[in-house]
Amino acid sequence: MIGWLLAISQALLFLLAAPLMAGWVKWLKCRLQNRKGPPPWQPYRDLAKLFGKEVVLAETASPVFRVAPYMVFSVTALAGSVVPLLTVGLPTSAIADVIVLIGFFALARFFLALAGMDVGTAFGGMGSSREMTISSLAEPALLLAVFTLAMTVASTNLSTVIAHLATEPPQLYPSFIFAALAMALVAVAETGRVPIDNPATHLELTMTHEAMILEYSSRHLALMEWAAMMKLLLYGVLLANLFIPWGVGLTFTPAAVGWGLLAITAKLFFLGIILAVTETSLAKMRLFRVPQYLSLAFILSLIGLLSHVILER
Amino acid sequence: MILSGLPLAEQVILTLASLILFTSFLLLAQSRLFGLINTFAWQGVLLFLATIMMAATYDRHHLYISAALTLGLKVFFIPWQLRRMVVRLDIFRQVETVVGGSLLVMIGAGVLVLFSYYVVLPIRELALLSIRNTIAVSLAVILIGMLMIITRRKAVAQVIGFMSMENGLFFSAIVSTSGMPMVVELGVAFDVLVAAILFGIFFFQIRAGIGSLDVDHLNRLREGDQ
Amino acid sequence: MIYLYLTLLLPLAGTLLLALIGQQRTAGWVNLLFTIATFAASVRLALEVFAQGVLLSPGKLFYVDAFNVYLILLNALVGMTTAIFSGPYMAHELKIGRVDAGRMRLYHAMYQGFLLTMLVALSTNNLGVLWVAVEGATLATVLLVSLYRTPKSIEAGWKYFILCGVGIAQALFGTVLVYFAAERVLPGSDEALLWSVLHQRAGEMDPAVLTLAFVFLLIGYGTKVGLVPLHNWLPDAHSEGPTPMSAILSGLLLNIALYALVRFKMLIDPAIGTNLAGSMMMGFGLLSFTVAGLLLHRQQDVKRLFSYSSIEHMGLMTFAFGLGGPMATFGALLHMIVHSLTKSALFVTVGHVSHVAGSQSIEKIRGLIHTQPVIGWCFLIATVALAGFPPFGIFASEFLLFTATMKSSPWLVIPLLSGLAVAFAGLFRHMQRMVYGDAPEGQVAVKANMWPVILHLLLVLWLGISIPAVLVDWLDQATIMVVGKGVL
Repeated sequence: MIGWLLAISQALLFLLAAPLMAGWVKWLKCRLQNRKGPPPWQPYRDLAKLFGKEVVLAETASPVFRVAPYMVFSVTALAGSVVPLLTVGLPTSAIADVIVLIGFFALARFFLALAGMDVGTAFGGMGSSREMTISSLAEPALLLAVFTLAMTVASTNLSTVIAHLATEPPQLYPSFIFAALAMALVAVAETGRVPIDNPATHLELTMTHEAMILEYSSRHLALMEWAAMMKLLLYGVLLANLFIPWGVGLTFTPAAVGWGLLAITAKLFFLGIILAVTETSLAKMRLFRVPQYLSLAFILSLIGLLSHVILER
Repeated sequence: MILSGLPLAEQVILTLASLILFTSFLLLAQSRLFGLINTFAWQGVLLFLATIMMAATYDRHHLYISAALTLGLKVFFIPWQLRRMVVRLDIFRQVETVVGGSLLVMIGAGVLVLFSYYVVLPIRELALLSIRNTIAVSLAVILIGMLMIITRRKAVAQVIGFMSMENGLFFSAIVSTSGMPMVVELGVAFDVLVAAILFGIFFFQIRAGIGSLDVDHLNRLREGDQ
Repeated sequence: MIYLYLTLLLPLAGTLLLALIGQQRTAGWVNLLFTIATFAASVRLALEVFAQGVLLSPGKLFYVDAFNVYLILLNALVGMTTAIFSGPYMAHELKIGRVDAGRMRLYHAMYQGFLLTMLVALSTNNLGVLWVAVEGATLATVLLVSLYRTPKSIEAGWKYFILCGVGIAQALFGTVLVYFAAERVLPGSDEALLWSVLHQRAGEMDPAVLTLAFVFLLIGYGTKVGLVPLHNWLPDAHSEGPTPMSAILSGLLLNIALYALVRFKMLIDPAIGTNLAGSMMMGFGLLSFTVAGLLLHRQQDVKRLFSYSSIEHMGLMTFAFGLGGPMATFGALLHMIVHSLTKSALFVTVGHVSHVAGSQSIEKIRGLIHTQPVIGWCFLIATVALAGFPPFGIFASEFLLFTATMKSSPWLVIPLLSGLAVAFAGLFRHMQRMVYGDAPEGQVAVKANMWPVILHLLLVLWLGISIPAVLVDWLDQATIMVVGKGVL
């Protein structure tokens, strides 16, 4: 019972924390660029404002266009609710399988790309095609990185993996260094951050994510934006809890959950700083260089897998 | 899992081994000459660190000398010399293309790593040191160096492949037997030094004789049609 | 002992001195003097070994036994006779402007350096130093191959450098593996790479590791031997460099790589217990022998022709060492000598031939026997000797090889004999026209000193008719070391 309660509250926390993470990174970036910038809670205001607006639809929009935001949002929220955020071993963790998770991402992306093409504008189609290209290159790397973890622990269940890594004495796994780097590269590509895409621009010929949601307004746009924020948080939590698992609650006692909350907040705090610093110091890549970037991620995860096979057995 | 329970020093050596393997892959993928030279220098740094770790962990004092040689030759002298060559030959803007597509080459390299793993299996059974698995990594570095020589068309890149093979050999010697006898170590280092200088001379000869450092132009010697 | 050091120090001193004065007109003579002194020292060394048996230097760095003493002697001899030829030949090249003074200095210094590395490789007891010396021999010759700075010679030099470098790296990995296996037998010892020590304990080493090691060693040193399919560098390097270099490369360096391979085989055989190493060598040897014989037919450059013939003969020797057994091994050891002598004589002759004809192209070499009978005759006789006709030494060694093959695996005689016939035809289809054909107009005789060639051919003839007792004794001892029992 307490497990279910925890699971529900964790899912809600996840939903609510997502805009904060996005706002935090944005605020940091502004400070790094010597600008004052909006406060970290600005995304909440934006979302609230968007929910209050009237919906404007393109004449050519089909029902898919209207359904897509709800699909994308709910699938992402579902994915977020199963990833161990504060504690492991929750009842929902039965479906917290990495491969299922990647499936969720693929489903959300599918609807996003459909919505991008639905209205028939040039930008939308371009964004969709780019998104699919990037993800088709990123997914193999992500899968290999995940397999490396799974082979070490002999499970693909996130909860089991994290519990196992958190309880054993600290080890220096060479393969994890590579898997973590690969996953970080993929995360940057998948969440549309610099140097792959720039979340801060509108109406640029090189944009990807923004191009797909260009035609959306009001609550539809809010849901899409919120889903994107959740995706960022989701990757952040995955990186933080898989590769630095210490601090995650192993039981359901208030103390364990409290420590878990503290730990994940601290980890995401630092992750946000790293992301902001790299985004500030890097320039956006030309689109044609993206495959190179992703093949680097692929090589990293491949070496992670190989060094697991060779060195750690 | 064998890994758990190893002392930290050995875990660090294993990590360095995997990083060395990574630099080998990077060498294979790099398309710019300066990037290539820098990556090579980093491989030397990792090798140096691994040697120091070996020397400290297993108390082999003569490895400190090997480490110093590595630092001097592979980290400073050879990269410095190559950089100077590239500047003097004015080829630093050239971008290298890899024969046969880079992803294919990468997969080939991955296959080579697995191949070396299976080749050295009989050794794993025997080695006294717990870091014996690194022998497979060292063989992989040698083979990837060879692959690089085959797939690169620029003379400078081939030389770096050659030198990275040499790194693999050195690494195999320190991890399998914690270093060859000193006289051999010095001899090998001397050979590497001479080879590096000769390569430099060759660059100028190729440039003067053929007008390009692209070894595709080296195609005059064929069977039968002299 | 002092003569061993002298044998090594003289070329070292020669390298250093000629690096300073190699561009002088007298450098050719200085070079010759050093090789004569080295030869004299090696003769004294040989006498010492003959009187005392095995020689092990204090510190165990050098080790001379019956197997390498005669190769050291052979090395010094061929080094000397080639130096006799090299002086006037290089002076001619300087005169016609193919090289300049700076390159002459490089050439002379590296001539001595090359001899030094080969002598170190032969006399060292340390398997790691053996590798260092063989690699050093490559490094010493690589700039000599590209000495003429033509696009072709630069290409040949680059190919030689890269391919041999890649190959020899495999040999170092093999050496590391041997060291690894040896360290388990001799833990914590500094002597785990010393051949004299390892040979005593060879049986105790781990067979799996040594098998793996031998594969790498065979690829590595096999590249240097010129075994097919690792032979690509060889014809280029031999044909593009100056002719005295080709003579030494073909006559000596290939032998040394094979010597290294056989030394390792001697360690590995008792450990694995089967003839696995031998079978691999037989396979590669036979392949090289056959392929090179066929390729002889396609050659259009006279130096390439004889480099393929070198591959063929090295293949035959590798095959014989792989076959094992006293008679085959004895034959292979003898073949190393007679092939060296004949091949270096041939290359020296070819050097004169190319000066007469002004080209190395077989098409342009015609009617030698009309223009300059002494060159024509030497060319013909040396080729006859090379093709294995009686009464020359190559006939004797090949006869031994074939008899041994007949005994142990008779069906292998068929490819051997047909290979020999193919190679013979390959040599003589070119030879006939080059020696007899009509001399082109204006072809004139050149000043040639044929004494080194005649000396070599006489030696080969002598070895074909009767082998001196000292040599038989050494070869037999070496055979006992390699395969466990001798022929006598």
